[in-house]
Amino acid sequence: MFVFTNRIRIRDDGQASSSRPVLLAGRMLERFAPLLSLSLFIGVWHWLSLRYPPFILPGPGSVAQRFLEKIADGSLPFHALVTLSEALPGLLLGTLAAFALGIPISRSRLADRLLSPFIVASQGVPFIAVAPLLFIWFGNGPLTKVLVCALVVFFPIVINVIAGLRSAPQTLRDLFRALNATPAQTFMKLELPAALPFIFAGLRVGGTLSMVGAIAGEFLSADRGLGFLINLGNSFYDTPLVIVGVLTIVGLALSVYGAIRLAERALRVERWAA
Amino acid sequence: MLIAEHISHTYPNGVEALRQFSLQLSAGQFMAIVGPSGCGKSTLLRVLAGLLRPTSGKVWLAGEPVTQPSPRIGMMFQDAALLPWRTVAQNIRLPLELGWRGNAHFSVEELIQLVGLRGFEHAYPRELSGGMAQRVSLARALITRPPVLLLDEPFGALDAMTRENLTAALEGILRATQTTAVMVTHSIAEAVFLADQVVVSSPRPGRPLGIVRVTLPRPRHWGMESWPEFGHLVGQVRALLAQPLVEPARVN
Repeated sequence: MFVFTNRIRIRDDGQASSSRPVLLAGRMLERFAPLLSLSLFIGVWHWLSLRYPPFILPGPGSVAQRFLEKIADGSLPFHALVTLSEALPGLLLGTLAAFALGIPISRSRLADRLLSPFIVASQGVPFIAVAPLLFIWFGNGPLTKVLVCALVVFFPIVINVIAGLRSAPQTLRDLFRALNATPAQTFMKLELPAALPFIFAGLRVGGTLSMVGAIAGEFLSADRGLGFLINLGNSFYDTPLVIVGVLTIVGLALSVYGAIRLAERALRVERWAA
Repeated sequence: MLIAEHISHTYPNGVEALRQFSLQLSAGQFMAIVGPSGCGKSTLLRVLAGLLRPTSGKVWLAGEPVTQPSPRIGMMFQDAALLPWRTVAQNIRLPLELGWRGNAHFSVEELIQLVGLRGFEHAYPRELSGGMAQRVSLARALITRPPVLLLDEPFGALDAMTRENLTAALEGILRATQTTAVMVTHSIAEAVFLADQVVVSSPRPGRPLGIVRVTLPRPRHWGMESWPEFGHLVGQVRALLAQPLVEPARVN
């Protein structure tokens, strides 16, 4: 807070030359802060790893080595692709379901009353406990993992779809009525564009959660995928492999998030928040 | 041209907004409706626009009843109501994209010129001042060349300078396009400046207390505000607003 107000004052008068070096140092610190915290994290990790045997806490060096080995033998890209091929269709399915229910709920009080209890309940269901049911019903192929993903991503997206479609202000609705717009035109030219910032917010949360869903499915039953890889590392006390798996999942989740953000930028969604 | 006959409206929550409101307007005329806050002015405008079906009474436009919104009636709101994801030109074009069938419309370029927004065709609403946004809103309301324009306190949220500029611009534009207009406003000076007749409404439930006919010559300019006649007209409107209310006798 102090640094911030200080900076504004210096910028405004532009004369406080004695504070310039301080300001410059502050800016440099801000720019390199993520790199700094990452280095600090790796440093502490390395220091801690010297105090424990490698099967409990392997050092960053041995994890990096395992990572390169697994890339070289092709197994890490393979398992990562398997996990992605469950998470992304799951995200798509969950999003489609969110639209299929969110649109009627946002438009009709009756649909709201009929469906909302199920939607709230869907969030209350401990999916890790329901997943075995899905395995019984749908087998332990990729379909079940896709369904687990869809279940996990559904809630944050549907909530945002409903809030977004209801977000157009009354004056704009009056305007569309005064202009004799059909319900389809009102939806396409008013409600949907107004909802986009909300929908993308839901997709960003859902996108990251889709990785969690896929891993949870793979943990329960799988012979491939990053969840399987982590399980495998666990059973052989191959702790570096477990950490490689976890970090890859984090990397994938960040990539999905980044891709959604890019799509949002490409569509210029920022403009759309009134 | 535009006739409202004995309009009464009571909302479902029991609030009586209008009681027996009648008005009559010939083509090309400007009518201003002034009255205290909450007197049902906006309700009346929504009824005239066909957005709200009154509890009783009828609206006629050129001999045909108005029961639903029509492209023959343009509307301008207190809030400019622009779509934030559309440019100025795209916002103005909106009515043409929504079910408007006809070809006697203005071109977007003509309107941008008319409302004085040349150079801002591709700007987004967030890049405009409040006054500019209302100019866009006016252009959008006029694009279908509606014979009637309804204005719901269109300058209510603007500063005094911008209001004066915009009212003067509006007077010129409506004269140039020969549009019949009904405007609801809180400002007596604005009403006198723009209108051919000023209707004074009672507090809720709104009903007409009287009509002041404005005989100032057109085109009008704000210099007229210092004319004795202008002051006299403002005084007449004030007197109507200030008169004690007598409830109509109830027969049990």
